[in-house]
Amino acid sequence: MRREIHESFVRRNGHDVHGEELTPFSQRPAAHRPEKEFPLERVLADDGSADLARSHLPQERLLPLYRLMVLNRALDERMIQLQRQGRIGFYIGSIGEEATVLGAAEGMAPQDWIFPCYREHGAAILRGLPLAKFLCDLLGNAGDLMEGHQMPCHEAFRPGRFASISSPIATQIPQAVGAGWAARIKKDDMVPLVYFGEGATSANDFHTGLNFAGVRKVPVVFVCRNNGWAISVPRERQTAAVTFAEKALAYGMKGERVDGNDLLAVYEATRLARARAAAGEGPTLIECVTYRMEGHSTSDDPRVYRPAELVDPWRKKDPILRLKGHLVWRGLLSESEDAAIRDAVAAEIQAALREAEALPSKPPLESLFDGVYAQPLWQQREQLEELRSAVAADPRVARLRGEG
Amino acid sequence: MPVLNVIQAVNDALRTEMRRDPSVVVMGEDVGRFGGVFRATQGLHDEFGADRVIDTPLAEGGIVGTAVGMALYGLRPVPEIQFADFIFPAMDQIVNEVAKYRYRSGGQYACPMVIRSPYGGGIRGGHYHSQSPEAHFVHTPGLKVVVPSNPYDAKGLLISAIRDPDPVLFFEPKRVYRAAKGEVPEGEYEIPLGQAKVTREGGQVTVLAWGAMWHEADQAVREAAEAGVDCELLDLRSLQPLDVEAIERSVKKTGRAVIVHEAPRTCGFGAELSALIQERCFLSLEAPITRVTGFDTPFPYTLEAEYLPRAPRILRAIREVAAF
Ligand SMILES: Cc1ncc(C[n+]2csc(CCOP(=O)(O)OP(=O)(O)O)c2C)c(N)n1
Repeated sequence: MRREIHESFVRRNGHDVHGEELTPFSQRPAAHRPEKEFPLERVLADDGSADLARSHLPQERLLPLYRLMVLNRALDERMIQLQRQGRIGFYIGSIGEEATVLGAAEGMAPQDWIFPCYREHGAAILRGLPLAKFLCDLLGNAGDLMEGHQMPCHEAFRPGRFASISSPIATQIPQAVGAGWAARIKKDDMVPLVYFGEGATSANDFHTGLNFAGVRKVPVVFVCRNNGWAISVPRERQTAAVTFAEKALAYGMKGERVDGNDLLAVYEATRLARARAAAGEGPTLIECVTYRMEGHSTSDDPRVYRPAELVDPWRKKDPILRLKGHLVWRGLLSESEDAAIRDAVAAEIQAALREAEALPSKPPLESLFDGVYAQPLWQQREQLEELRSAVAADPRVARLRGEG
Repeated sequence: MPVLNVIQAVNDALRTEMRRDPSVVVMGEDVGRFGGVFRATQGLHDEFGADRVIDTPLAEGGIVGTAVGMALYGLRPVPEIQFADFIFPAMDQIVNEVAKYRYRSGGQYACPMVIRSPYGGGIRGGHYHSQSPEAHFVHTPGLKVVVPSNPYDAKGLLISAIRDPDPVLFFEPKRVYRAAKGEVPEGEYEIPLGQAKVTREGGQVTVLAWGAMWHEADQAVREAAEAGVDCELLDLRSLQPLDVEAIERSVKKTGRAVIVHEAPRTCGFGAELSALIQERCFLSLEAPITRVTGFDTPFPYTLEAEYLPRAPRILRAIREVAAF
């Protein structure tokens, strides 16, 4: 089987990427051969060609998805810049992981709920979140759907059935199971999609969520974005299993391992998993093998813990280049059309930014107390009055040191 | 004497104790080679190796649960929870296991450890990188809770915490991690747990604070002094054990108390302090005991300046109490 570079690093000489010794592969108790049982599924070949018999993504969706991937990338790059300029407080994006994020969301039905981790902004946009609204979230301003309550990149978008993002890792996994369970009880054709990183597979909620889903054959699709890193911790320090997909076996569900930089493969795996779930065949765990090309977030500097030579081999596997190669192979995209898409995307971001930044930078004072309960209790009502009078008495109450 | 910030002081304390006591191990997410997301464990992996500076999988319950086993078997673990907001997946281990092990085994076993965690807001961290959960733990008998405000105390208190026979929650004020600098002696020294520090003497109003909020309270009492109100400021440093005598002594002198904390007001540690003062100093009180705290909301993102009980709000309370 074709060995991924990623895993060859993992197993290189029985050492992890930092040269620390791992339990030799041959001495592991695994009675099975995960690389054989969970082969890395691909649809797109390196030269952009594809076995079209294995691809059911409608042709008319190819260009819109390509455009969305380009938008997603351009957005991440621009927002990282904005964060450096101090115009937004924080950013966490999906550079290198766009095919996983968008391919999975595309593989679901429109009525399906999405339970995101924190890198799936592309999926929110696919589900109709207006770009300017997303930017308001990053600014936490008066136009923010979350009323300035959450950190940037923790959007929720109910019209798109996109659940609310939480920082605590893995909490969304059992929640998605509950939603799928509820849909079955209510006899709705709805299969939730839940995203998480490979680091999340170490958390209690991963085990709980998959176990509940397996025991009750709950309709749900689990997408593990195996991007190789949980901040500074490499994947081989999260699990001694050879793949993440094989964890499905122990929960009594189907596991798949796909090339996460191959939009068509991710789409295909998700579409099939969704169909099985809807047909009552239970959940699927899909491991998308991809790579986190940048730091964990704008708060992180990966140079401290990750040698550049680990990242370089992934550059030529860029999911956007991969899809572009395919579009060119199919005669659906020329260089000049590609350039036009990139220009249009940049202009779209610029216009959305102008729109978002025109709004007042803070939501109103009372928004601080909104939504703690459906109706404020006496504490929130009294404390709002206390805050109003404190701000009126001394405007410094509304400014952190150094804020204008 | 070297001038360190709080992170460097924490690092220095860990290094000092690890050199002295081979049973001390550090564990947590990203604490190894990387040295922690705030760099508090920087250099320890190089000096003490992967057996004593352990990068764990991403599971707080697993971190604390394995620390219990290590402690039972004679190591002295110092687990790091990356942000105090992420301590909740470990709540079962901390509240039901760590806190009760000695008691439930009739003293046959104990699991001393120091759970370090950066806490608090003012860093634009929103709900999940800003909370101050100290009250949950003070409310759990069996746990000690320490919150330093400055580098000197951070080092001395952390060393004492590591040597303590009981489990200690050690909350580090991340807002002043780098901003608070001060002289820190080289080598080992202990600051006993349960001793408040009077950082300013005064006769009119007692102000109680800890951690990052001590800095806001300090600014407020200075401004109060300019406005003619003479405050006494106590940095509690340790909430459990609590230096109730120092509080009593001060409030009996001033007759007035303002309590400052960042956590939400309802059932915050201020409620306990207020009750204690009322019980012990009733006949000396000249004004209502007043709390200046975070509001009863999740920690917000955009309006965090408004949420935090900073100097202007503390000053207001001091004036009201003084004028009562
Ligand atoms: C319960 C919990 N513990 C710790 C953290 C701090 N933290 C944020 S992201 C992260 C790594 C997550 O890695 P992974 O699940 O692989 O997702 P990725 O960021 O790689 O997409 C950590 C440790 C957290 N958010 N929640």
